[in-house]
Amino acid sequence: MTELLALTLALPLLAGALFIVATASTRAALFGFFAFGLFLALAWVALDAVDVALTEAAIGGGATGLLLLRLNGRMRHPVSLGEPAGPRLKIAAGLLAALVTLALGALLLALPEPAPSLAAATVEPLPTLGIGNPVAAVLIAYRALDTLLEIVVLLIAVVGLRALGTDRGWGGRPVPWPEGGPSPALVFLARLLIPAGLVFAAYLFWVGADAPGGKFQASTLLAALWLLAIMAGLAPAPSSGGRWTGRALAIGPLAFIAAGAIGIAAAGSFLAWPEPVAKPMIIAVELALAVSIVVALVLLVAGPPERETGR
Amino acid sequence: MSATLFGLAGAALVGIGLFGLIVHPTALRKLLAFNLVGAGVFLVFGVVARRAAAAGLAGDPVPQAIVITGIVVAFAATALAATLLARLSGPEEEP
Repeated sequence: MTELLALTLALPLLAGALFIVATASTRAALFGFFAFGLFLALAWVALDAVDVALTEAAIGGGATGLLLLRLNGRMRHPVSLGEPAGPRLKIAAGLLAALVTLALGALLLALPEPAPSLAAATVEPLPTLGIGNPVAAVLIAYRALDTLLEIVVLLIAVVGLRALGTDRGWGGRPVPWPEGGPSPALVFLARLLIPAGLVFAAYLFWVGADAPGGKFQASTLLAALWLLAIMAGLAPAPSSGGRWTGRALAIGPLAFIAAGAIGIAAAGSFLAWPEPVAKPMIIAVELALAVSIVVALVLLVAGPPERETGR
Repeated sequence: MSATLFGLAGAALVGIGLFGLIVHPTALRKLLAFNLVGAGVFLVFGVVARRAAAAGLAGDPVPQAIVITGIVVAFAATALAATLLARLSGPEEEP
């Protein structure tokens, strides 16, 4: 039964990937990528990794797809990095791809039995943190440094994006939608979805401590709602020159580093959570992180500022 | 067994993405294909997590958390690449 379920989920994945690579139309490939992302999220659910499924649906499929779709609309001509592939190159690439796939598959079938696992070590200290979701505990406690650096990577991407903007656009806002005004249907949809989405994002944030969910998933949802409001003309995009944008971007990593410094003083090592106040500290840091992640994601999807704000 | 099926699908995704990455001449399609390779690698990793189920959990949470971090980092890299492409395709800046 589970094999049947796995097959019904794995086959659309392969078909979607083949379609994305084979179709002639870039636009069709991008829409295929959205569908592919949703099937991939379902595959993660079938693998009992609901936290990953939420992240994949929100960021891997949704935000990446939206970003690339917007890019496709903004590009004035396709950027070509070479000549179209000839039959020889196609055959060579096909052989290489088949070789890599076979090697990976053989490695998967030859994995050691029983599999090494850190699950027991992760579950054991959960009560001292006040967190019931082991994946959230790994992200915020055991591998907190990874999460800190992940936020820093987002910030570096934002810095890179600003550096690539035009001089004229410096200090301005990203252009919300290339041509024409938003359609009334989009405005109605935004008005309908945003209140419900806000409630659901708050729920995801809070429930992430004990069940699948968490700050990243909630932040992505909030960023998606903000982007929807920007597209519908109901809210402005964050201004790259505004004081609040910079502060919002900085507050998450700064709070995380400050908590890490408290950990040195109170618990003996960087990013260790002192036991009696672990839960409130974690919530405070996650709130600050969520603010930074929302602004960073909106800026990354909306693109570099392109015009001056109306003064 | 069903987890291994997803792993094999992940291996196939890496192959398909790699093929697209080499064969497509346009940068946007290369970027899409690169994301397929990433999805395949994550899926392979997910199978490693699923096999390591222990202590009453359905999977090892450590690889799962690393995949979550990986998805976000891949998104940041894609966003940066997309901005580069937009700049490459845009008109020359006016003096």
